[in-house]
Amino acid sequence: MLLIPCPHCGNRPELEFRYAGEAHIARPADPSTTSDQEWAEYLYFRSNPKGLHIERWRHVSGCARFFNCVRDTVSDKILKTYPAGQPKPDLALIVKEAHQ
Amino acid sequence: MSLTLRATRSGRVDRTKPLSFTFDGKTYRGFKGDTLASALLANGVHLMGRSFKYHRPRGVITAGSDEPNALVSVGTGARHTPNLRAPQVELYDGLVAQSQNRWPSLSFDVGAINNLLSPLFVAGFYYKTFMWPNVAWKKLYEPIIRNAAGLGTASNEPDPDHYSTRFAHCDVLVIGSGPAGLSAALSAARTGARVILCDEQSEFGGSLLSELHATVDGKLAAQWVEEAVAELKGHSGTVTLLPRTQAFGYFAQNFVGLVERVTDHLAKPDPKLPRDRLWQVRAKEVVIAAGAHERPLVFPDNDRPGIMLADAARTYANRYGVRPGGRAVVATAHDSAYQAALDLKAAGVSIELIADLRHEANGPLPTAARAAGIRVETGMAITGSTGRLRVNAALVSKLGTDGEDAIPCDLILMCGGWTPSVHLFSQSRGKLKFDEARQVFIPGESVQAERSAGACKGSETLAQAFEDGFAAGMDAAAKAGFTKGTATKVKLAGVLDAHGGFLGAVPHPHDAGRVKAFVDYQNDVTAKDIKLATREGMRSIEHVKRYTTTGMATDQGKLSNMNALAIASEALGKPIPAVGLTTFRQPYTPISFGAMANHSRGDLFDPVRKTATHAWAEAQGAVFEDVGLWKRAWYFPKAGEDMHAAVLRECKTVRDSAGVFDASTLGKIEVVGPDAAEFMNILYTNPWSKLEVGRCRYGLMLNEAGFVIDDGVVGRIAEDRFHVTTTTGGAPRVLNHMEDYLQTEFPNLKVALTSTTEQYSVVAVQGPNARKIIAPLIEGIDISNEAMPHMSVRLGKICGVPTRLFRMSFTGELGFEVNVPADYGQAIWEAIWAEAQKYDACAYGTETMHVLRAEKGYIIVGQETDGTVTPNDLGLDWAIGKAKPDFVGKRSLTRPDLVKADRKQLVGLLTVDPQKVLEEGAQITLVGNPPAGTSALGHVTSSYQSAVLGRSFALAIVSAGRARMGETLYVPMPDGPIAVTVTDPVFYDKEGAKLHV
Repeated sequence: MLLIPCPHCGNRPELEFRYAGEAHIARPADPSTTSDQEWAEYLYFRSNPKGLHIERWRHVSGCARFFNCVRDTVSDKILKTYPAGQPKPDLALIVKEAHQ
Repeated sequence: MSLTLRATRSGRVDRTKPLSFTFDGKTYRGFKGDTLASALLANGVHLMGRSFKYHRPRGVITAGSDEPNALVSVGTGARHTPNLRAPQVELYDGLVAQSQNRWPSLSFDVGAINNLLSPLFVAGFYYKTFMWPNVAWKKLYEPIIRNAAGLGTASNEPDPDHYSTRFAHCDVLVIGSGPAGLSAALSAARTGARVILCDEQSEFGGSLLSELHATVDGKLAAQWVEEAVAELKGHSGTVTLLPRTQAFGYFAQNFVGLVERVTDHLAKPDPKLPRDRLWQVRAKEVVIAAGAHERPLVFPDNDRPGIMLADAARTYANRYGVRPGGRAVVATAHDSAYQAALDLKAAGVSIELIADLRHEANGPLPTAARAAGIRVETGMAITGSTGRLRVNAALVSKLGTDGEDAIPCDLILMCGGWTPSVHLFSQSRGKLKFDEARQVFIPGESVQAERSAGACKGSETLAQAFEDGFAAGMDAAAKAGFTKGTATKVKLAGVLDAHGGFLGAVPHPHDAGRVKAFVDYQNDVTAKDIKLATREGMRSIEHVKRYTTTGMATDQGKLSNMNALAIASEALGKPIPAVGLTTFRQPYTPISFGAMANHSRGDLFDPVRKTATHAWAEAQGAVFEDVGLWKRAWYFPKAGEDMHAAVLRECKTVRDSAGVFDASTLGKIEVVGPDAAEFMNILYTNPWSKLEVGRCRYGLMLNEAGFVIDDGVVGRIAEDRFHVTTTTGGAPRVLNHMEDYLQTEFPNLKVALTSTTEQYSVVAVQGPNARKIIAPLIEGIDISNEAMPHMSVRLGKICGVPTRLFRMSFTGELGFEVNVPADYGQAIWEAIWAEAQKYDACAYGTETMHVLRAEKGYIIVGQETDGTVTPNDLGLDWAIGKAKPDFVGKRSLTRPDLVKADRKQLVGLLTVDPQKVLEEGAQITLVGNPPAGTSALGHVTSSYQSAVLGRSFALAIVSAGRARMGETLYVPMPDGPIAVTVTDPVFYDKEGAKLHV
């Protein structure tokens, strides 16, 4: 069971959270101008990396906030969590910090 | 009962406390402190089971949890527990045990015919044989093969025991309590750190409990253990001691699962105690002191009862005071077997010969053995054995020769060396490394906050185990923040170092194709099976493992992995580290389903949610159904009524007079804020800005892909306040969906969302007399048709209690829904019920609710929809605000797939024969008997008998349904096709006049 560092509540067990899919999938500002292909990709295409994945979790049994998380899908290590609305972090920098 | 097989020294067994037990119906005597294995051996019983596939007679070969052969069933009735390892079964008075996988008896087992037919049962046989004809596999071969092999049988009765779980946190978790584990626990505890020490055995001490000669700081090993445990107990505020507790799994971030066997060793356990206790431990630091497993030698017929591991025999002698036989031959490639020979000789066993595979054996232990007069031959292999239900001779052969000598004996001890137990380290995802010099895998790079100590780390001496342990405990405590530890050293004496080891199959002069040299005892995998696998093209160890099933039994390859790997590596011509090991899986040894299911059984499986009127409904004799986690009254049968009759009566009464219904379970969400209307516009299809305060609207919610996911009536309480309702089952999902958009897509909107599902009780009053029923109770609201039209909401009081009164209908009759604070729910229900009696109104349940709404063509999300249905499919385009530039799902509604002409659309169906009631979910086709492979046009979504129509009716979704009005279609059923006519989905009061009275 993962120990997830909620940006608002600190380390809490995975039982308190709900996974919420890939992060930083921005809803197009004006969906009416997207092509069918672009819209289908927004709906259904998600990355499936072997390595760092930026994803969302929601602390349903705690603060109930959605937040973002960088997790390595191979080792299951969580490298960073940060509040919703903040920009995508520099992954290379995160990897470097983790090795120090 | 004679004690001829009991040694003079009784070890840890208390011979002042005799016990009686049965094995396969025969009564034996044992003592407190015995295991089932030690007591059986003391009674001269070696035959304890029959092997999985070949039904070969088998005896116990270990003294611990790595036992592959002596799998027994213990207990009777509901507590009959199969597949326990005899060395782990603690004896108590009255214990009932049975052997497994044999019929009619252990000594005469018909299944042994498998052994004669063994050429048919080589590895992977089911990929090559028993395949033709196709149908015979399911009906004939598989059942026979399944019955012919196997382990124990489980009880069919419900588990009468309960199980508990604890979450525990500590600074240092120490797994294993041998010399390394106890030292680690001591040095960590002395720093003041919180320590948990667990061991799968009933006593702490591990290998020290079999150690007779060594002294630790001048004390005998047993004495040192006693004092160490006493000291640990003294740290009662910070140290938790868990014997009988297996660490079965190492998970993420130092989350380790332990199972404590609380009552299995007790004859009459306190029923208040759980049988097993699951400990879910999050440790800051972990010390793994799991020890090492002794390895068998792979030689022909190495599995007869009476053949066991050398150190296991030493344990039976030293710890349990039992002589496992009278005359022993020892076959070894490691010095430790010489210590076993010396200890067994001291206990009264005659050692006929020590046959050492190595060309030279000159270490201190072989020297001591020779000095004690034991015959030692080097460069000698054990190449076979004889005896049927008990070994009666060992066959030995000088390496490089073909001659074989038979040495009569009733006990063969084998030692191929020691395999560090790296299971838990591997589960932690650490990387193993192969130690070339010692030919073992040991922990390499850690990825979690753990370290190994002692034999599991590859350390080979007792001195090293103590040193490792003290250092590991101190390091763990320091990393957890307890830095004031002091280094500890102990002074050892009386220990002779032991080295050596051999991997793979022992060379022999026989035809390799005709002999069985067992590698994996539990799954009956032989050396030739592994070679066969490589000949058949299995290159990866993963394929070799799965093709032969070596290492896949409940012992997870503890005794077999390294020998299997060595044989495969030689056959493939690749070095061992290049072939590699397979993944070590949790659990380390089997754990009970009870420990895992734990409290989640019966009434505690899921929370149960009840409404304020639940007790009233129960008293009225209501039958309940589950809707999500809620209990809802399904129907209220009167005396003599079945469900069918009750529902018809309830439906008729509602439409003729009135009915009262508890609608409290539907989700309610209060949406509040200056941007509330804008937020609602985004989340629903409807245009909310123009909805006046005090009016309601049927809200339709889509997901971003354009499919209906929820619906419900929404009332505008104020400019900035909406009372939103959802389906019962969908409430948490809808709120989550709303929060997702509010927090992450539109965080600038000033809106707050609050779940109020449990805060309001909702009493629905439906039927022509509905207004008359509530009128006397309402204050402060004009509920006339003119002042309060259909689909409006008013604030006022009912019986002095504040209410949000909705005029809305799910039945198609005049209707109101009274919302009151839930604490008043029961009282208000009873007040309304009292008024309703004046009109012979009834209470109705969810079944009637379903029928009445279906007669009006009102959909139920999850019944008419399945996540792939659009508003247009349902004929609900009117609910879409056409002028809205954007809402969740809007863009998808114009995707090509969502505007296809042949999409399934909501229609009504009337069976041509009005007596026939269609089955929900039944498929609809163009012709009555379509050929196999024909796709259905759609399916029946709701189907009922209608009181008001006097016949059956149904709703369905059918391809291009709206263009098929009046067409005849078919519903094929096992008894024959049912003809149906496609109709409008509204069967009653199409104009809606009844709603506006």
